[in-house]
Amino acid sequence: MNPKADPPVGIPEATPASVSAPPGGPGPFRRLFPSRQRGNVQDQVYGFALKGFGILLPVLFLFMVHRIGTSAWPAIQTFGWGFITSQEWNPVLRDFGALPFIFGTIVSSFLALAIAVPLAVGLAIFLTELAPRWLAGPVAFATELLAAIPSVVYGLWGIFVLVPFLRFTIQEPLSRRFGDTIPFFEGPAYGFSMMSGAVILSIMIIPFISAVTREVLVAVPREQREAALALGATRWEMTWQVALPYAAPGIMGGAILGLGRALGETMAITMVIGNRPDISASLFAPGYTMASVLANEFTEATGALYLSALMEIALLLFGITILVNIAAQFLVWRVSRRGGS
Amino acid sequence: MIMEKLSDAGERTVGQSPVRSSPSGNRPAPPPRTGEPAPDGGLAVAARDFSFWYGKTQALDSITLDVPVRRVSALIGPSGCGKSTFLRSINRMNDLIPDTRHEGEILLDGSAVYSSGRDVVELRKRVGMVFQKSNPFPKSIYENVAYGPRVNRLVSSRGDMDALVEESLRQAALWDEVKDRLDRSALGLSGGQQQRLCIARALAVSPEVILMDEPASALDPIATQKIEELIHELKDRYTILIVTHNMQQAARVSDFTAFFFMGRLIEIGKTEEIFTNPRQEQTEAYITGRFG
Ligand SMILES: Nc1ncnc2c1ncn2[C@@H]1O[C@H](COP(=O)(O)OP(=O)(O)OP(=O)(O)O)[C@@H](O)[C@H]1O
Ligand SMILES: [Mg+2]
Repeated sequence: MNPKADPPVGIPEATPASVSAPPGGPGPFRRLFPSRQRGNVQDQVYGFALKGFGILLPVLFLFMVHRIGTSAWPAIQTFGWGFITSQEWNPVLRDFGALPFIFGTIVSSFLALAIAVPLAVGLAIFLTELAPRWLAGPVAFATELLAAIPSVVYGLWGIFVLVPFLRFTIQEPLSRRFGDTIPFFEGPAYGFSMMSGAVILSIMIIPFISAVTREVLVAVPREQREAALALGATRWEMTWQVALPYAAPGIMGGAILGLGRALGETMAITMVIGNRPDISASLFAPGYTMASVLANEFTEATGALYLSALMEIALLLFGITILVNIAAQFLVWRVSRRGGS
Repeated sequence: MIMEKLSDAGERTVGQSPVRSSPSGNRPAPPPRTGEPAPDGGLAVAARDFSFWYGKTQALDSITLDVPVRRVSALIGPSGCGKSTFLRSINRMNDLIPDTRHEGEILLDGSAVYSSGRDVVELRKRVGMVFQKSNPFPKSIYENVAYGPRVNRLVSSRGDMDALVEESLRQAALWDEVKDRLDRSALGLSGGQQQRLCIARALAVSPEVILMDEPASALDPIATQKIEELIHELKDRYTILIVTHNMQQAARVSDFTAFFFMGRLIEIGKTEEIFTNPRQEQTEAYITGRFG
């Protein structure tokens, strides 16, 4: 069609690829990663830049692991596996065990997830399937604003509002009524507790999970919904039996995002969890998380072994986060395969 | 102007009908002005001055037409003329689209589809639908067919469900191809098989009317032929309303054909008459391929 696209015989190979890329020739992929003979300087620079960024990130990652690893090495050598099984955390005696922090991080995060997922998914269903448009827009916007609040503000709100509320309205009555029979509600109600930590985390991750859930629900193909309705399903049945299962992998992805944030969250939970390295079945007892102990004790860590122990906790937190993410990715992969071909 | 022509044409169609029987008694006053009832029965679906708007755009303009029981009726017409809109008005699928409104009425077996007390879920159980793009659920083949009976609580025992699933798949001429892999994902089927699965899924709730919106437009000729044969098999038991862009297909599968143009019903009649001796110029122009 275009006469220029048909070069006369004998024209040198050096014709810039970008001027007349033959249709069906090298796709955009080849353009980004030009092979030896074609591609002009611009393409080449672009390609190198992309490659550079692509390689930079893994290198940065490895560098960080290496740095933390070498700093943590003395502690690893001194305590071995005992570091993650011991409950002792005594800087004065130079005896360090991380189990209470691991416990605190995992329990608070998963509790937060257990609270947040039903609420966030419920909210997303309400906003996409039920709410009239004039209501859905503002409510969704307000929910997303929650994600923009700095975590220290959550912490302050937690200290002055959430903790007193939980202590006097929830914990004390529960403790009086069930304290002797149910271990979760045992002991005095301080307010600053694992429960407060989990609740504040859950409030912080609800916006993430509900935003992702809303997006995947909206993305459920109209044909899927219509197929269910055309068979005589009610809106409710359509939502629960067709839309939600279709969106399930995405919702899980949202939950993982939330879990990732909960595991690493530092400021807000440090302000309300009580910061005591104990392992207790009671939700009313104070706890401590890995991120919190790092933030609290780093500046006052005197002595190489103390610092090294904190570094090992950082390494563990890193490892746990990565592990959770891999497990979750695997879960998503399994779920999305079950329906697919 | 067109409306005058239309009612005029309708009058003539009815008047010249050789096989016309008296309309069934359960239908309210207005006599059929277009189309004609099947020799053995009444009207499955009837539209009376039905108009439909998407926001300010009018998609249907005073459609009055009768769909006879246990016959195949084809809707033809150029793109955007309102065929899908009309089809989706019958099972009120358009209710899902915001900012729409209608005037006039559609009757299913004599009772108003749009009356305020109408149970839409029950309506959709009686009026099945097959979509242009096959849309099986990402579940097993068995679960796809079982979905309708399950939400409508049609069967109680596992054995009955098995029997119903088998019968539906047989009716859709799919049983032999899938009987050994009922528990495998429906998404592993070919396009033609998926579309027949969707037909089986619709049949499983025993609808009276089946609406098909270009059911074969995404399929290759062999799969298309299978769907057409299937429609032929099914017409003894179901009233079928099919939208198609393929003139040959309309001629092959349907007993009656309605020609839509720009939201209006231009002509309806027996398929062979529409194709051999159309009364309206526009119809003739369309079926001979001069526009559309
Ligand atoms: N959801 C919608 N919102 C707004 N307008 C719509 C919508 N669906 C259809 N329309 C309009 O209504 C008119 C009729 O559309 P319809 O889909 O019924 O046509 P059709 O005859 O089925 O066409 P096709 O043969 O291309 O499928 C068109 O003008 C179309 O643009
Ligand atoms: Mg259409």
